[in-house]
Amino acid sequence: MNDQPRWLSVFNDLSTSSFVDVLRREHPHLLPEARLRPEDVANVPHGTTVIAVGYRGGVIMAGDRQATAGYQVASRRIEKIFKADDYSGVGIAGAAGPAVEMAKLFQTELEHYEKVEGDNLSLEGKANKLGQMIRMNLPMAMQGLAVVPIFAGFDVKAEVGRLFKYDVTGGKYEETNFEAQGSGSKDARDSLKKLWKKDMTRDEALRVAIEALIDAADEDVGTGGPDFVRGIFPTVRSIDRLGFGEVAEAEVRKLCEQILDERAKTGNGA
Amino acid sequence: MPLPYYVSPEQMMKDKAEYARKGIARGRSIVTLEYGDGILLLAENPSSLLHKISEVYDRIAFAGVGKYNEFENLRIAGIRHADVKGYSYSRGDVTARALANAYSQALGNIFTQDIKPFEVEVLVAEVADGNHGSRNEIYHILYDGTIEDERNYAAMGGQADEIRRFLKEHYKEGMSLTDAVQLGVRSLNVTQNKTLTGKDLEVGVLDRTKTRRKFRRLAGETLAQLLGTAS
Repeated sequence: MNDQPRWLSVFNDLSTSSFVDVLRREHPHLLPEARLRPEDVANVPHGTTVIAVGYRGGVIMAGDRQATAGYQVASRRIEKIFKADDYSGVGIAGAAGPAVEMAKLFQTELEHYEKVEGDNLSLEGKANKLGQMIRMNLPMAMQGLAVVPIFAGFDVKAEVGRLFKYDVTGGKYEETNFEAQGSGSKDARDSLKKLWKKDMTRDEALRVAIEALIDAADEDVGTGGPDFVRGIFPTVRSIDRLGFGEVAEAEVRKLCEQILDERAKTGNGA
Repeated sequence: MPLPYYVSPEQMMKDKAEYARKGIARGRSIVTLEYGDGILLLAENPSSLLHKISEVYDRIAFAGVGKYNEFENLRIAGIRHADVKGYSYSRGDVTARALANAYSQALGNIFTQDIKPFEVEVLVAEVADGNHGSRNEIYHILYDGTIEDERNYAAMGGQADEIRRFLKEHYKEGMSLTDAVQLGVRSLNVTQNKTLTGKDLEVGVLDRTKTRRKFRRLAGETLAQLLGTAS
């Protein structure tokens, strides 16, 4: 490789706008890495259920607030939905430590690109980058510390909300309607399958998302439901034309109350 | 191997400094002004795509004059420095002072060790975070690594001295953004035969009232309104 002229390296060095490449080359010790004995893996906190629900004009992302280590509650207040940049978010499931780290690295990667290039990555570009980062984590996944996020965003060029799921090897699959990930994902997906409709409004999608999380908490021991005693409710975010925004906790609390009241009255969903 | 001619270190430094100064003097100027809600950076730059002003981190911005490829390299190095630091510690630990020091070291090393010095001056600005006792910081770093801590206003590039003289007379503390933009343009006009319009300017602000990332660019209609030339 040394016989190429020096100026050529400017073209071959694609790391100029990638933060992960900068870390890999200059500060490899900052990249996530872990060696664990298999018997310790069960005691690592795991994030449980995150979902993304598409609606007319955007995507709702939501996640329960519990981290579970084996049969123990590791945290009741963990946040699993992160703003990736102004128009996208990432929901994390799997080993909580590496997952939160990956979300942080992903945020920095997008911001770094934006500052260096003076322009945003396309939504497709962001989704691919996240896939590469999951693949980077494969050695850790093999030890049981898998991280499998969901990614959603508003495609500014196509003017639609889009959502992506991943497998543990970094494979990326675009979904059209909804997606769930984590230990309660099967239950959430079953719920979404029955409740999701085409062309929902934001408010309808919000309700469907919370119903799905309540169903997941109902069936999956790892997933936490709305906690009225401590005042802990699911994290809910919306991404639309105006960008990534929070759904106020008061609104989420009210919806949780409504849904549980109706279930108590009618027995439907109980 | 033939012996190189002897040149006294003093002469060598003088030649290098003269060379760098000449290069910088050819370029257009940039002014920076503190105003009520933040820091304004204003450059004469006819290109809307090749930037001289840039965001570095939450509260930090960069500006460079002189040779484009040289200050562009410094800009990217600064963004890397800030992002690595913020990622490995916390966002609050990224400071303009550390970044300005790094630039000073880098430019100083290049000036003494390389045959050709960088023909650039760079500026690092950090807007106060609103905590008690914190204030805006503006650092001006010269081609040889000399670093200056500026207050209220700073100017660099071709006709910096004239601009500085003008600002010394006309600068007022606590200006509104509109006043600051207009004063900035007037100070750049001092060195021109023509009057600068929105098209000739690149404008960025570190706006204290924004959340987290304080930097934003002012262009098009917004800039025209500030200049008082809106259609």
